[in-house]
Amino acid sequence: MSDQSGIPGAAPGGTGGRSGSVTLVDQANLGPRTAEGSSFFGAAAPVLRLAYSLISKNFGALLLGLIVLSIFGTFLQGGATLMGNQIKNALVLGAIYALVAIGYTMVYGIIELINFAHGDVFTVSGFYAIFIANTLHLNSLATSSFGGLLLALAIVFPLSMLAAGLTGVAIEFVAYRRLRDAPRLAPLITAIGVSFLIEGVMLVREGPDYVTTGQASWINGTAFKLGQVSIGYTDLFVVGTALLLMFALGAFVQRTRLGKAMRSTAQDRTAALLCGIDINRTISATFFIGSALAAAAAVIYSINYGDVKWNIGFRLGIIAFTAAVLGGIGNIVGAGVGGFLIGLIYVFGGSLVGGEWSEALIFAILVLILTFRPVGLFGVEVTTRA
Amino acid sequence: MSENGQPVVATTADTSTVTDKVIDLRAIDVYYGRVQALTRVSLEVRQGEIVALIGSNGAGKTTTLRTISGLISPRKGEVLLFGKAIQGIGAAQIARLGVGHAPEGRRLFARMTVRENLDMGAYSRGDRAGIRTDLERVYTLFPRLRERDSQLAGSLSGGEQQMVAIGRALMSAPKVLLLDEPSLGLAPILVDAIFEVIREINAKGTTILLIEQNALLALKTAVRGYVLENGAVALAGPSEELIASPDIQRAYLGM
Ligand SMILES: Nc1ncnc2c1ncn2[C@@H]1O[C@H](COP(=O)(O)OP(=O)(O)OP(=O)(O)O)[C@@H](O)[C@H]1O
Ligand SMILES: [Mg+2]
Repeated sequence: MSDQSGIPGAAPGGTGGRSGSVTLVDQANLGPRTAEGSSFFGAAAPVLRLAYSLISKNFGALLLGLIVLSIFGTFLQGGATLMGNQIKNALVLGAIYALVAIGYTMVYGIIELINFAHGDVFTVSGFYAIFIANTLHLNSLATSSFGGLLLALAIVFPLSMLAAGLTGVAIEFVAYRRLRDAPRLAPLITAIGVSFLIEGVMLVREGPDYVTTGQASWINGTAFKLGQVSIGYTDLFVVGTALLLMFALGAFVQRTRLGKAMRSTAQDRTAALLCGIDINRTISATFFIGSALAAAAAVIYSINYGDVKWNIGFRLGIIAFTAAVLGGIGNIVGAGVGGFLIGLIYVFGGSLVGGEWSEALIFAILVLILTFRPVGLFGVEVTTRA
Repeated sequence: MSENGQPVVATTADTSTVTDKVIDLRAIDVYYGRVQALTRVSLEVRQGEIVALIGSNGAGKTTTLRTISGLISPRKGEVLLFGKAIQGIGAAQIARLGVGHAPEGRRLFARMTVRENLDMGAYSRGDRAGIRTDLERVYTLFPRLRERDSQLAGSLSGGEQQMVAIGRALMSAPKVLLLDEPSLGLAPILVDAIFEVIREINAKGTTILLIEQNALLALKTAVRGYVLENGAVALAGPSEELIASPDIQRAYLGM
């Protein structure tokens, strides 16, 4: 499947500056077909091709350089306190992007579909969490005592994740399964349709305005201060929970039987079938886990920002998708790292050129990645013999 | 073979019981979209046999194995495995029934280690002790894989990859093993080694259906053979008879 079909689309220079034994595969086939576009420039072609290959090979370094520069710029503008606060904000935002990005990358890895509805599963999960909290009176429980808070968290996380997981499974079953062997554009269009459908339902049910979750008051207080920067318990909770979930997922995918079934199905579906792996169940499980992580992100989001709206998942989803592409679509660790990098770019890019530019900046980065390094920073490594 | 496509060598008389037939294809027609790949192909493999499937490129050999494994369904005709019709039960289920398939192109999990690939072969088994015994057996058959067990499968040499492909199929403890050109791209000395292993596997009780470009080697290894031409069975019979057939000698043995 993906392994083989990805190779022809691998971008020029996509092999990276390595010894040649490791090839990064443009799994998504997102990259330019050939480098020949530059022949347009006639005599300048060799120079441009060299520039292209330099940027392509050093994309990660260039991006990191820009991030460090913008952090430093923020320091010059507002001093250590502003810089520290922004780093904190970036990590909190990045944790949420990372969790959502993992869902995109897992689904892409296994069925080569950019699941546009994923961002809306995030939003819907936010409403699930509100519903669960209201129905079970968790808001008063959570604010009553520390034990009450732990209990409320222990209820709202698994229940929202379960509900979101089932939503994801249902979406795959209804909208994507029958199109699995159809041309790739078909499920992609369906995914956009599912996205609009979910947004429409939320708009009608929840209204056009922000809905306060009540979870903003769950966790309060400053844990400690780093200089003038106060680190709240919420901040620790957000980043800690995200990291915990990501490591748990990593262990799951590496070690468990189902995790191995997911990896092997992503690498070669036919071979997985021949090993007796139930492909439908494996794909359902992938959707379940990806959606459950989006729900965890939504609960974290609710606790941190305090309100949700019918369409927040749309932009947030595309930004998280950018994080997945940055990390190398199909690569779970890449999506995690990509999420935090995008968080940094969003916050520090914004603090330098103005917050209203943040999203434009992210999408400019998306275009740059697709042009210069469609395999992403980490790609999906396929070790081949020279 | 013959002008009208009729077998010139008669199939051995059907005196066996139904349960004796591990694989029983009955006049299957298989299509890829509108293109017909197999026409009324009938083929049997009995318990304990090595059967060879030969024919030129595009004759339909791989398609035949894919049909047996349930990767593709016949439009007409019947596929019986272990005496039962398997219509529509799906490839994963067929694998669990005891059909091991080392497919064309090897299809290893390139980003998994040798050991993980072998483990995936045993995916649907629960008997830990049996799995350990079989892993040991694969490592004994292919000592090279033991040395490489934590290397990514995608970085192995072609021959090593072939060993993993066969090993992975063996790890399911199959009752019948389908091998699609196990010698492809191997050095002559390795080809002999692989065929030695194939005989050894068979001697331990596994039935084998084998595709092989080297018709002589295939027929010498097998008790019976089928010759496919343009998606139809042109000839079938005991190996010695096929080797002795002038048509076969001219077309496949280069004599
Ligand atoms: N996925 C496919 N789509 C369309 N046609 C196919 C497909 N796979 C095989 N065919 C066609 O079916 C016929 C039989 O192919 P098959 O792979 O079974 O041949 P083969 O005997 O295994 O050949 P080889 O020795 O080259 O492996 C060929 O004409 C081939 O072009
Ligand atoms: Mg073939």
